[in-house]
Amino acid sequence: MSVDQATVRRVAHLARIAVREEELGHLQNELNAILDFVEQLADLDVSGVEPLTSVVPMELPMREDAVTDGNCPEKVLANAPDAEGGFFTVPKVVE
Amino acid sequence: MTKLTKLTLTQAREGLAQGEFTSVELTEAYLKAMEEARPLNAYVLETPEIALEMAKESDKRIASGDTGHLEGIPLGIKDMFATEGVRTTACSKILENFVPQYESTVTSHLWRDGAVMLGKLNNDEFAMGSSNETSAFGPVVSPWQRDGDTTPIVPGGSSGGSAAAVAAFLCAGATGTDTGGSIRQPAAFTGTVGIKPTYGRCSRWGIVAFASSLDQAGPFARTVNDAAILLRSMAGYDPKDSTCVNRPVPDYEEAVGASIKGKKIGIPREYRMDGMADEIDTLWREGAKWLEEAGAEIVDISLPHTQYALPAYYIVAPAEASSNLARYDGVRYGARVPGKDVVEMYENTRAAGFGPEVRRRIMIGTYVLSAGYYDAYYLRAQKVRSLIKRDFDLAFAQGVDAVLTPATPSPAFGIGEKLKADPVEMYLNDVFTVTVNMAGLPGISVPAGLSADGLPLGLQLIGRPFEEETLFSLAEVIEEAAGRFPVEDLWWKS
Repeated sequence: MSVDQATVRRVAHLARIAVREEELGHLQNELNAILDFVEQLADLDVSGVEPLTSVVPMELPMREDAVTDGNCPEKVLANAPDAEGGFFTVPKVVE
Repeated sequence: MTKLTKLTLTQAREGLAQGEFTSVELTEAYLKAMEEARPLNAYVLETPEIALEMAKESDKRIASGDTGHLEGIPLGIKDMFATEGVRTTACSKILENFVPQYESTVTSHLWRDGAVMLGKLNNDEFAMGSSNETSAFGPVVSPWQRDGDTTPIVPGGSSGGSAAAVAAFLCAGATGTDTGGSIRQPAAFTGTVGIKPTYGRCSRWGIVAFASSLDQAGPFARTVNDAAILLRSMAGYDPKDSTCVNRPVPDYEEAVGASIKGKKIGIPREYRMDGMADEIDTLWREGAKWLEEAGAEIVDISLPHTQYALPAYYIVAPAEASSNLARYDGVRYGARVPGKDVVEMYENTRAAGFGPEVRRRIMIGTYVLSAGYYDAYYLRAQKVRSLIKRDFDLAFAQGVDAVLTPATPSPAFGIGEKLKADPVEMYLNDVFTVTVNMAGLPGISVPAGLSADGLPLGLQLIGRPFEEETLFSLAEVIEEAAGRFPVEDLWWKS
């Protein structure tokens, strides 16, 4: 499978990465080189094979449903590019 | 003071315990070496005040006899580990001002045991790369050069700063992370020892996430024994990482020097690749011979799905990366680039903050997870992963204790030499290491010789899950037989 420029544009948007029109051709070539490379997996018969979900056989550990952390809003916001009044801020999303 | 930096970690620990020198003296010697080695670009942040403060505290503990088993030992920390109050960037522009409010579990274990932090080490951006050339801080220059040639050489990646710093005597040991070979390949390229333990052996909590089902932390050191000492501290249960395994951490040092008599070593025929350099093949045979002479039994084995590991990796790792890196949204941390609405703000922020290799991998990951392609790519790759793991399970079931392979298909290359080719060219560096991450197994890279042009070459040993001790025993046999490969010419000082 290979991707065309419209697909590259769509994937970039899904990934929330702005791509300039002049970058599309270059990106298309790079993505297709990688997709060509992974194409060889199609040769392999995987019928009846379970997908790997965990490399180490273990059960998901459960813990008591209790608050173990918190009360540190200043720490949570310490690295925010634009925090205000104890909140993260984003551009207006509702008109 | 150069003499102090040349000591192995094991020797330094002994010297400190005997009162031959203090941790402050040892730390000062390393800080001076770091200053002189800035052209190598191994450190992205030096923390001399913190280092000296920690060293002073360590000296007090040594005086009072209340010591941990890394007491007073100066270490470098890969910039993928969150360090409280100390800038941590993953060598990405998007985190250029990020100061964690918490400490990673692995580094907290090191400080618990008395180690001293010298600074943060360079790596490929978000650990995505095999040459340390994708770092937002620029490439690391290896302390190694080809014979009679001053062309700058890559230290490998992604833990290139860690490998270069250990090889160039800029720390007594260092932390690394390994998702597809990021500890073992740079270790091989720099003549250092690097181990990626079993998945779940070290906590991933507080390590910047790349591909969560593959990422593991591990140490870099100048000797096998040094690596064993470091792993003992780094490993251990952590309830904050639900994949971290609750089982006791052995004293790995005891395994170094243990007899390997009767150990069964598998030589997988699929690793003998077309076009593999003769010198790599020769080294591999020599490694098998050394182990045999020490009493191991060498057997030919087959790992038939080996060739599919790298393509499967380049689906699984980007897919997980695209999910993990969704958090860099310009809202909670990192730089923000404004846009006319929230989506444009995300897009502008991420376009400006991520470098080309990271953007490429996020896009591949997004594509293979997108509607209509999930089954053909991601699900198929996870099935292939089961087959790769089964190959190893079958070998181990036949009594194989460890698998011996080359660590890399070639010695280190020059900076810039592989950047012009298509990305797959660079990915092929990890062809021998990536299977180990796909199967969650432990793997160690140990220096074993020099290439025709004088660059280090390594061998890799792959073990059964949680049998790192066997790897340390076997690696020490290779170290004894091959000798060590310290950098002789500290050319950057002149």
